[in-house]
Amino acid sequence: MFMEREQNLVPESLPGDGEKTTPVSDAGLTVTMKTMELVVAGLLMLVAAIVMYDSVRVGAGWAFDGPQAGYFPFFIGLILFAASAVTFGINLFSRTADLSNFVTKPALLLVAKVLAPTVIYLIVMYYVGIYIASALYICFFMMWLGKYSIRKAAPVAIAIPLVLFWLFEIAFLIPLPKGPLEAALGF
Amino acid sequence: MDAFLSLIHGFGVLADPMNIVYMCVGVVLGVLIGVLPGLGGANGVAILLPLTFSMSPTAAIIMLSSIYWGALFGGAITSVLFNIPGEPWSVATTFDGHPMAQQGKADEALTAAFTSSFIGALLAVIVITFLAPVVAGFALRFGPAEFFAVQLLTFCSFVGMGRESPFKVLAAMTLGFALAAVGLDSVTGQLRMTFGTVELMRGFDFLIAVIGLFGIGEILLTMEEGLSFRGKSTTITLRSVMNTWIRLPRFWVTYLRSAAVGCWLGITPGGATPASFMSYGLARRFSKDPGNFGKGEIEGVVAPETAAHAAGTSALLPMLTLGIPGSPTAAVMLGGLLIWGLQPGPMLFIEQKDFVWGLIASMYLSNVIGFLIVLTTVPLWASILRIPFSIIAPVIIVLCCIGAYTVHNAFLDVVIMLFFGVIGYVFKKLHYPLAPLVLALVLGDMAESSFRQSMLISQGDMSIFWSNWLVGSICSLALAMLFWPLIALMLDKLRGGGRFSPGGA
Repeated sequence: MFMEREQNLVPESLPGDGEKTTPVSDAGLTVTMKTMELVVAGLLMLVAAIVMYDSVRVGAGWAFDGPQAGYFPFFIGLILFAASAVTFGINLFSRTADLSNFVTKPALLLVAKVLAPTVIYLIVMYYVGIYIASALYICFFMMWLGKYSIRKAAPVAIAIPLVLFWLFEIAFLIPLPKGPLEAALGF
Repeated sequence: MDAFLSLIHGFGVLADPMNIVYMCVGVVLGVLIGVLPGLGGANGVAILLPLTFSMSPTAAIIMLSSIYWGALFGGAITSVLFNIPGEPWSVATTFDGHPMAQQGKADEALTAAFTSSFIGALLAVIVITFLAPVVAGFALRFGPAEFFAVQLLTFCSFVGMGRESPFKVLAAMTLGFALAAVGLDSVTGQLRMTFGTVELMRGFDFLIAVIGLFGIGEILLTMEEGLSFRGKSTTITLRSVMNTWIRLPRFWVTYLRSAAVGCWLGITPGGATPASFMSYGLARRFSKDPGNFGKGEIEGVVAPETAAHAAGTSALLPMLTLGIPGSPTAAVMLGGLLIWGLQPGPMLFIEQKDFVWGLIASMYLSNVIGFLIVLTTVPLWASILRIPFSIIAPVIIVLCCIGAYTVHNAFLDVVIMLFFGVIGYVFKKLHYPLAPLVLALVLGDMAESSFRQSMLISQGDMSIFWSNWLVGSICSLALAMLFWPLIALMLDKLRGGGRFSPGGA
């Protein structure tokens, strides 16, 4: 129902402006846009409920010296809840709900292939510092997703952390997380 | 005349050669940021912000704003050559820019895009030069109620002007406010929404959110579309520049209209992206030959680029004069001002003349420099985009992590940043707008404290927001903006409904 508004602002349909309609093939189907809309709106409603609950806890009323700490957040939570409830309702009851694919399986796989190493990267970074972790991460990324040989990946993976090290630790004197290797080298 | 003298004073500030160096470095970095997917004006500036902590505020803001101008220029290169908008505001440029490149007229399209960006920025800077002191002088008389009214207008404009569902705009915005409220309440000293954890006491820093939402989120989206970019390459010769320039003066009406749209949407925070779409739509509606749009019409490059650059530039006006940024990038710069120890707002024009006018003067100069740089170095940037994404992506993610870490030297921030990245990805896919979220996160505390101050003054009486003509008219305008989607719907119904796309097509 809000498509009308959109066209109102931008008078004519613009070329290439439309959604990239993901081809709905059963093979690549993960979840529909409708499901994701419902999940996200539901989560936002949950967040709103937590915000309102906590605001009531600290006091969402009016003290003798003015509004209490929870006064403003409570109404923010209320608006968030209401707005998300409408989005939830529109998607639940509308017959024109978007049943197309939220993300195709191959695309989801690619996204996961970026996300998973990044999570591991953060864990490694926690233990050995950012420079070593970055070198390993870039090298792994290039070899795994870019199909580079180690001979091509290693120089890039070593050069970039070195440049960063010079830029941050030496040129701008901004300390980044370091691990045992840097400590052994006296940094 | 005062503004003119101050401007000359500002150019005096620029006479320091280091400032010129920072400006050039900023523009080059900015174009790089604009060209690379995953790095944009907002998160690029956010990542580089820590590097400026040791600089003088004037040099720092000159460099950061130059990065912004560079990013605005850079977005056009990828749009035209690769059909990939490097920045959201250059999406509209792809409609006609890329078809021109496919017809072998990439040089013309790029020249037109750069020239239009330049003219748009120039007109916006002139607006800033003469309007900013007036607005600042006006704002000196503002009380808390007026400030809250302006902030209300800012947020309601998102609902009224946004292209997304108004409910999603509201949800994104209030989520930003809710995140901003986490942590220590500065008035009562109470802890809000920390649930007994020490980590949440600091609250959520918007710089972390910006880097995650725009950086990681964008990388994930780009990743979805596969790893390779295929594009046209081109060099710009003096002859093609001249040939294009001869054709451009015909579009003077388009220039003026687009710059006006851009300035309007930049000052009221619609931002550069809606400005570029609106301007494209208007150019097409008023064109004698609307059928050519989308097939490589040069006017279709001129209109969005002029508007985007005008909006991006004029977004700094409310940031400087009222402390209310008109775009996420302006919000990051506002964060910078606070870190450098400057209080944005009308007093800036009185207490920090060097800073303000140095910045405004630098806008003139850095746009000239940016224009010359992009015009001469297009092949270089096009070749950077040919570096495979499997090399660029990990490097950008590493930069995002460093950027997030350096804000507070806290490892947890990096984890939060990644979390925001996933949120950014899902929100983008479901068309939740990110700009209101970021702006609410930045302005949340400020809006809340001006609201509470007004409430204290009026003893909780809401009528303070209609207590005089100034605050009353701003508030009424804000409400009109808030309910604009509804009003527009009813107006259409009254007109007989169904006439939603007047131009056909």
